[in-house]
Amino acid sequence: MSFLTEYKRVAGLGSAKSGTEHFVQQRLTAIALIPLTVLFLYTFIGALGSGHAAVIETYSRPAPALIAIMFIWAVFSHLRLGLQVVIEDYVPDHRTQQRLLIANALIWRGVAVVGLFAIARIAL
Amino acid sequence: MGADANRGNRPLSPHISIYRPQITSVLSILHRITGVGMSVTAVLIVWWFIAAATGADQFAFIDGILTSWVGVMVMVASLWALWFHFFNGIRHLRWDAGVGMGIGESTRSGKIVIALSIVMTILTVILAI
Repeated sequence: MSFLTEYKRVAGLGSAKSGTEHFVQQRLTAIALIPLTVLFLYTFIGALGSGHAAVIETYSRPAPALIAIMFIWAVFSHLRLGLQVVIEDYVPDHRTQQRLLIANALIWRGVAVVGLFAIARIAL
Repeated sequence: MGADANRGNRPLSPHISIYRPQITSVLSILHRITGVGMSVTAVLIVWWFIAAATGADQFAFIDGILTSWVGVMVMVASLWALWFHFFNGIRHLRWDAGVGMGIGESTRSGKIVIALSIVMTILTVILAI
């Protein structure tokens, strides 16, 4: 720490540890999810409970598959950012909070990729 | 260390326990609860997709859970959570743009969000059946 100048300590990353990226990304994904949620819900409620063959048939078509891919991408980015704030707000112990933030940053990206792979495999 | 002298001793904001619940605060809390809750539903939907991509037997297992009475209750609750979070999120985006921030306007938009979330949940369930 003593090697850092005062300027270096505040440049870019202050005590908040980030600038407006989180705020902006949370809102960009929110805006993206307004149309994507409606479109995804439309394909999903038609497919849920209609049987395996019908689900494969639905998501083999490009439009439902692309909607599902965009929805899953946006929704997991949005919920990762949201849960990050929840962890930051409600977990007071620093070590526990850091561990949960690392898990949060990794797990949701992993789950999202699993979802994207599944849809790609059905569609292609 | 001056700023830390009272750490652990000072009153912590927000003072939820001494506030009378208001529509604005209740909806704010519900926005977080629905967001956290839907994370579980999102995992279930990914499970449903990966099972569908894997094979008919794997798909039958998760599809059976989601379409059982417990599963349907979870999905309908998630559907309400989705529409609530959807409309309340738009309410938040309007606030971010500096629109509708008055106390009266916020109370009114909150009531509209509750009404729309219930109406859209019923409409979506009807469409799904």
